[in-house]
Amino acid sequence: MTRRKWREWTLTLPSMGWLVFFFVLPTFLVALIAFKPRSLGGGIGEGWTMATWLDILQPSYPLVVWRTLWLSAATTALCLLLAIPVAYWLARLSQELRNWMLLLIILPFWTNFLIRIFAWWSLLHSEGCLKHTLVWLGLASPNTQLLYNEWAVLLVLVYTELPFAILPLFASAEKFDFGLLDAARDLGATRFQAFRKVFLPGVRQGMLTAFVVVFIPALGSYAVPEIVGGPTSEMVGNKIAQKVFVDRNLPHASALATLLALVVLLPVIYSIFMRRIKTTQRGGKRS
Amino acid sequence: MDGFIELCGIRKVFPGQSVPAVDHASLTLKKGEVFSLLGPSGCGKTTLLRILGGFEIPDEGRILIDGKDVTDLPPNQRSINTVFQNYALFPHLSLWDNVAFGLKMAKKPKKFIEDEVDRMLDMVDLLDQADKKPHQISGGQKQRVAIARALINKPQLLLLDEPLAALDLKLRQRMLLELDRIHDEVGITFLYVTHDQGEAMSLSDRIAVMNRGKIEQIGRPMEVYEAPSSSFVAAFIGDTNFFRAKVVSTVSEDYSMLAVDGLPEVLAYNDKKLQNGQQVYLSIRPEKFRISREAPADPTHINMMRGKILDIIYLGSNTKYRVQCDHHILMITQQHARFLLDMKPFTWDEEVWVSWNADDGYMLQRFEESDTNLLGIPPVEDTVP
Repeated sequence: MTRRKWREWTLTLPSMGWLVFFFVLPTFLVALIAFKPRSLGGGIGEGWTMATWLDILQPSYPLVVWRTLWLSAATTALCLLLAIPVAYWLARLSQELRNWMLLLIILPFWTNFLIRIFAWWSLLHSEGCLKHTLVWLGLASPNTQLLYNEWAVLLVLVYTELPFAILPLFASAEKFDFGLLDAARDLGATRFQAFRKVFLPGVRQGMLTAFVVVFIPALGSYAVPEIVGGPTSEMVGNKIAQKVFVDRNLPHASALATLLALVVLLPVIYSIFMRRIKTTQRGGKRS
Repeated sequence: MDGFIELCGIRKVFPGQSVPAVDHASLTLKKGEVFSLLGPSGCGKTTLLRILGGFEIPDEGRILIDGKDVTDLPPNQRSINTVFQNYALFPHLSLWDNVAFGLKMAKKPKKFIEDEVDRMLDMVDLLDQADKKPHQISGGQKQRVAIARALINKPQLLLLDEPLAALDLKLRQRMLLELDRIHDEVGITFLYVTHDQGEAMSLSDRIAVMNRGKIEQIGRPMEVYEAPSSSFVAAFIGDTNFFRAKVVSTVSEDYSMLAVDGLPEVLAYNDKKLQNGQQVYLSIRPEKFRISREAPADPTHINMMRGKILDIIYLGSNTKYRVQCDHHILMITQQHARFLLDMKPFTWDEEVWVSWNADDGYMLQRFEESDTNLLGIPPVEDTVP
């Protein structure tokens, strides 16, 4: 090992150790448990088995997995769609106004997450004010159910995740050189074309970050579908909780959690792999 | 053809500001000329440029291109392209795609775009770098990409906003020649905005000098330098020495004698036919003076006075002297035509003759005291230190 390599390693070792001990190791432990049988007392039994993985293929799961995926994807898409114009607008505000607006965006975090979801629950409730207003406006019939469906879950997920999309996008937009939009307009682009061809590529990094920080928590969401979704709108998170607390089947819950982690990890591993191939190709071309 | 691009009475006041950024500016550009807007920062030249580009809408006034009113058209509908000060190259696109942007927006056929982009990149000598991203090339190269990108749509007018400001001196001089060559090649009208009088003088057919939102003078570089219309122009374009003076008597039809405090009476060319008794300001450029040990042999048309050398700044091709004549301190520049080491150069505290031709002093009527602060030139009435 060269001197430089050795220094690099010693410098990264503390953070590496932290990550391995508190993140990689627990994930592996969870994955391992999925290959253990359950004990009758609700714990983990002796020996190894594949039975849990075969259990997971039971017919009710694909629907839940599918619902989890599309709800997370839709949440991410809606959050990006809403956050991009907001980030653009924030970045063009004066420093003082911008600080106030950022404060407003962060303000909901001062209230507990569960309480905010309960607030939505009472708003959407069949005796809630939102329902009454819609009926009064003639936009809904008295027996419309706003609560306990996938749309309620989607709505509240977008509400909870939106600030996490706005903040990274704003960080990108703030660094964006708005003179480039003038340049695009100067070269014949309409306002929209300048936005699409120059602004969006300019905040690409922010979009990626927003995607990751919205999509991954949305995949694992549990409280939102639990409170406003009800039994017909369960997501994988609810299934995991049910397996742990109700069925006392830890291996089964572990298998589901591992499945979720793989859904997130596989695309990441794939993209890193692809990037590596790309760079080696480019390097080869230049030499 | 005259009056290709016309700006008539442009006025723009930004919200929350009492002083207009541009105040009733009128200009007429001829087809194919290089025209410079010259002025200190904050004089309104960039605002005027942005109004022409369509990025600001003027409060008053009209812009005509080839007789067509474009005042209210957005930037993308004007046949005007801009080379921005910081180049504003799109960082996510290759040089090739940057140059192609304008033609793609215009939805030109693919084959046409390919040929044109290659041709433009070839013109600025960057065809072999076409695949690089803007961050991989030097400042001078970025500049050339910006020019190629702005010219590819064959605009009727090319705006250049301090295009050389970010480059070092040597590169600036090279790019200036390059710009001149490109202008000869494409023949498009250039409007060049700069605070650097050297750039403006060397590149332009005509110059407009701006100060506080107003156009002070429009003319060929030589006119602006030799016959400035105001103290501001005189002081901003090159260096000059100002004297407060009074017309005392008429010598001939074109010449008058001036009284300058502390100096012998001065003979000056009076092209403006100013009457006796009138207060004027006499401006004499540093290089118009001559310093000599003996008084000039032929005193016809020559003003002369005694002075003492205070400071000598040797600059190789020329030397700058600070010379005290009575209570006036003059800046004088002398070129060295001869081999200096064989001559006996002037030294500090040496008493010399300072002389100049009567035609080289230029009389100004208009003088705003506040300009002296703005330009950092010493106040007119110098006192003995």
